[in-house]
Amino acid sequence: MKRAGLTGLFCFWSGCSFPLWYKSRNSLFRQGLIMRFGYLGLTAVAMACAGALAGCGQGKPAASTEDVIRIGSVAPLTGAQSHIGKDNDNGARLAVDEANAQGLKLGGKPVKLELLSEDDAADPKTATTVAQKLVDEGVKAVVGHLNSGTSIPASKIYHDNGIPQISPSATAIAYTAQGYNTTYRVMANDAQQGKALGQYAVTKLGAKKVAIIDDRTAYGQGLADEVEKAVKAAGGEVVAREYTSDKSTDFTAILTSIKSKAPDLVFFGGMDPQGGPMVQQMKRLEIKAQFLGGDGLQNINFLKLAGADGEGVIASSPGLPLDAMPGGEAFKKKFEAKYGPIQVYAPYAYDAVNVLVAAMKRADSADPARFILELPKTNQDGVTGPLRFDAKGDIAGGSVTLYQVKNGAWTVLETVK
Amino acid sequence: MDIFVQQLVNGLVLGSIYALVALGYTMVYGILELINFAHGEVTMIGAMVALAVIVPLLGAGLPVALVLLLAILAAVAACMALGYTIERIAYRPLRRAPRLAPLITAIGVSIVLQNAAMLIWGRGYISFPPILPEGAHQILGAVVTDLQMVIVGLSVLIMIGLTFLVERTRLGRAMRATAQSREVAELMGVNVNTVISATFIIGSALAAIAGIMVSAYYGLAHYYMGFMLGLKAFSAAVLGGIGNLAGAMLGGLLLGVIEALGAGYIGDLTGGFLGSNYQDVFAFMVLIMVLVFRPSGLLGERVAQRA
Amino acid sequence: MRNGPEWLRRHPGFAYGLLAALLAVLPFIVGAGLGKGWVRVLDFALLYTMLALGLNIVVGYAGLLDLGYIAFYALGAYLFAWLSSPQFGLHLPFWLVLPLGAMLAGSFGALLGAPTLRLRGDYLAIVTLGFGEIIRIFMNNLDQPVNITNGPQGINLIDPISIGGFSLGTPHTLLGVHVFPPTLYYYLFLAFTLFTIFVAMRLQDSRIGRAWAAIREDEIAAAAMGINTRNVKLLAFAMGATFGGLAGGLFAAFQGFISPESFNLMESVMILCMIVLGGMGNIPGVILGAVLLTVLPEALRYLGDWQRAALGHVVVDPNDLRMLVFGLAMVAMMLFRPAGFLPSRQRRREFRAEDGVAEQEQASLYDAQA
Repeated sequence: MKRAGLTGLFCFWSGCSFPLWYKSRNSLFRQGLIMRFGYLGLTAVAMACAGALAGCGQGKPAASTEDVIRIGSVAPLTGAQSHIGKDNDNGARLAVDEANAQGLKLGGKPVKLELLSEDDAADPKTATTVAQKLVDEGVKAVVGHLNSGTSIPASKIYHDNGIPQISPSATAIAYTAQGYNTTYRVMANDAQQGKALGQYAVTKLGAKKVAIIDDRTAYGQGLADEVEKAVKAAGGEVVAREYTSDKSTDFTAILTSIKSKAPDLVFFGGMDPQGGPMVQQMKRLEIKAQFLGGDGLQNINFLKLAGADGEGVIASSPGLPLDAMPGGEAFKKKFEAKYGPIQVYAPYAYDAVNVLVAAMKRADSADPARFILELPKTNQDGVTGPLRFDAKGDIAGGSVTLYQVKNGAWTVLETVK
Repeated sequence: MDIFVQQLVNGLVLGSIYALVALGYTMVYGILELINFAHGEVTMIGAMVALAVIVPLLGAGLPVALVLLLAILAAVAACMALGYTIERIAYRPLRRAPRLAPLITAIGVSIVLQNAAMLIWGRGYISFPPILPEGAHQILGAVVTDLQMVIVGLSVLIMIGLTFLVERTRLGRAMRATAQSREVAELMGVNVNTVISATFIIGSALAAIAGIMVSAYYGLAHYYMGFMLGLKAFSAAVLGGIGNLAGAMLGGLLLGVIEALGAGYIGDLTGGFLGSNYQDVFAFMVLIMVLVFRPSGLLGERVAQRA
Repeated sequence: MRNGPEWLRRHPGFAYGLLAALLAVLPFIVGAGLGKGWVRVLDFALLYTMLALGLNIVVGYAGLLDLGYIAFYALGAYLFAWLSSPQFGLHLPFWLVLPLGAMLAGSFGALLGAPTLRLRGDYLAIVTLGFGEIIRIFMNNLDQPVNITNGPQGINLIDPISIGGFSLGTPHTLLGVHVFPPTLYYYLFLAFTLFTIFVAMRLQDSRIGRAWAAIREDEIAAAAMGINTRNVKLLAFAMGATFGGLAGGLFAAFQGFISPESFNLMESVMILCMIVLGGMGNIPGVILGAVLLTVLPEALRYLGDWQRAALGHVVVDPNDLRMLVFGLAMVAMMLFRPAGFLPSRQRRREFRAEDGVAEQEQASLYDAQA
């Protein structure tokens, strides 16, 4: 069907260019323009209709065949965040491949899962078109999107079509606060993680004066705001609140300004591409404060980018450490053998798929209307921690593990509830 | 006080980086009056090629100085070839087209380069191995590292070298003639195509060096890094007066310092109402103010309106 | 075959009737043939057509290179969100909010145009780019000290447009046909697009349109002919921005959620690409450019299927290739038709003229210096 659809598109374009040969002989300019315009538009739209009709005759997508269950996976696969996006996609793919290798039977019939990956370019508008495209293609569930800004507008489309969506990485509180029964996430939200981080900074690390930086993205700002609240609640003082962007590489100006306030601890709400150079520049400016980050920093890439200056940095990650979970180590080995090092959220995407598969198994059906009733009853061990949902679709319990860089590797400090 | 000096240093280093890239923009503009939007991406390719040389050779245990030299040579050569190709394919056929046409091909080329780099070098951030010395010095209470001094020194040197090239050499004279009038230059025996190609090649070589400096200084390279850098450098070139080499240098340094001081003091200036999140607003405001009062940039020639 | 178009041309009434009928059924045909996702693409194509036509007033008619156009789209969208979402608890009807958004954007257009009057060409481009970024940065940061825009988190649950109790945001069954929201919005957007086309056409042929053309070709001569260049330029900025604001309001209602990342610089650049690629100053060209650049990236999602059809298996991940092909296509299209797909008459004349003459004329278009 799709090929035929494209023939239609092609007709559409050629239809647009066809009247190029046409020369208006009308001497009255305005009338000529209007006439030419009407004629042109007619040709173009007629071509589009013809093309779409041609596509129509070719039948519907293969989604209607019973034995293939399509699951969508959406993340930015182009643009500045594409490395994290691809990581999510790989995580979901591994889970799908595993489920297929084990063999899945629903309603007594063997079924096969198929993962449809789409690129939303971290753009909310593209996210909605992609969501609609996946719905058209008959996906039964969606893992994604990566960002809160794309997950939120897409969630409405999934909800309208009754398709469950589990985001592996969207942390904005608003995402699950819309009252949709289709919207879930396997990642602690900003409030859960920010509270743990802020409390830890003040009570365990003994920081009295805290400087907070965020990258003005929905993720960084959301987390930093929650950390700020928690620091104040725990009796700490926020001496500086500075900002950067998710495209910056130079942080010397804000760090210099932070240095003049002499904080005990610097918290950064943002991702590794900024965090790595930021730590280096802190060292260069001889700032001695402890550096603390969220899950955006707790990854291999941060270690690479920060180099020797990353030593001693503390960062959190929702859930439990991979090696503390059954299957965690095995996941890591399999993933790295196939796709290289884990970037950030691949384990969460992997868990998201497994939650969906488990719900389908319990319902013994891939019909979203049926297995969606099983999702709230989820209670299983994922590679990122125990997976249970609260009434809103947020991960329940929400333990957060803190890690520190020691000898160039992340080592577990402790898990806080 | 030492905080202020430190902010100035921060700004100067950042500004030198902008200036390095802005020089390439301004050279092309000076001759073709074309915004080479793909210049930022050429910078990125320079950094990527250099890293593609450095990482395996360092692993093979070659001495650092040799590796660095080879990397610079490879990056410069690759970017020169790239610059030449871009001009031949995307700009030359459009020389007689409306002025905005090459702007669109330039944007197309930069999308192509970004995505080609993503295919070749992957989506991840590549870290630059810490091979350059990081000796720190205290100057007037501010911390200055060796690499920072090299960056500032290099950008000044390159600007002087380029000015010499344009003002004192045969090629430079041909460039100036081409910039003034392509037809007349052709009549005087200047091979305009060669001159334009040469300009692109030199500009791209500069981009390669800038790319290496940027990735060494910040410790990373990524296929998307050229976009913001190109944008800032372009703003810097316009601020200084696009087409003017000294202007690019001045614009770059000024933009860097404005950004640093903006980020550092905006909070104090507005009593905490605005913070460093308005750093770019501050920079753009200054840019706009300058252009409102000097519509051709700081050092740009004041052109009489066409009669 | 030759006779068909000829006959249609002689009977414009019939041609228009056919066009109207086809446009009316287009979403159903596209929805059935290509999938509902494409109806959404169609909606965005219409939105971008509005935006491109608005920018065309500034760039194509008046010759002012504007790289910050998306700011007006953002203003329209945010005003709609402020006045009809839970953000401030206001739920005003769309017929009040949309014109307000257009007016706000229009007045900002004039406001931002004012300091740029003396600037030309690339200097103007960088200043407008700066304005665009400034607006986006404010939207991204005005969650403190008073929460106005909700910062990077964006504003959610924006009311859909509802006409006398008939909400476009929920599926309906009309005359036994099931109609889903993007189809409903299609008709609304189509109406606004037709309105925009009408205004743009009338503007082009009006006294103001001729004044814009005069300024574009030679500002000094225009001033000498008694045109108040300042007012006419400001009017161009304001008119362009008004359409941007209108499209922004529609976008906010359609999407239900807006955040600053929808209004970045790349969007401005893409809209500029649409009008240049389609044929600057020429309305059919601009529409074609907008449709082409909206549809192309979506169509390229099927690269994997094409590979499978041609080679039997997927060689390169379509997601790796999509934007690469898009960039190549942009370069190729421009090389193929340097004046745009459907250049305006004047452009075409320039291209047919002797090279020397053409160059002289081009030098006057969008130039930074004499």
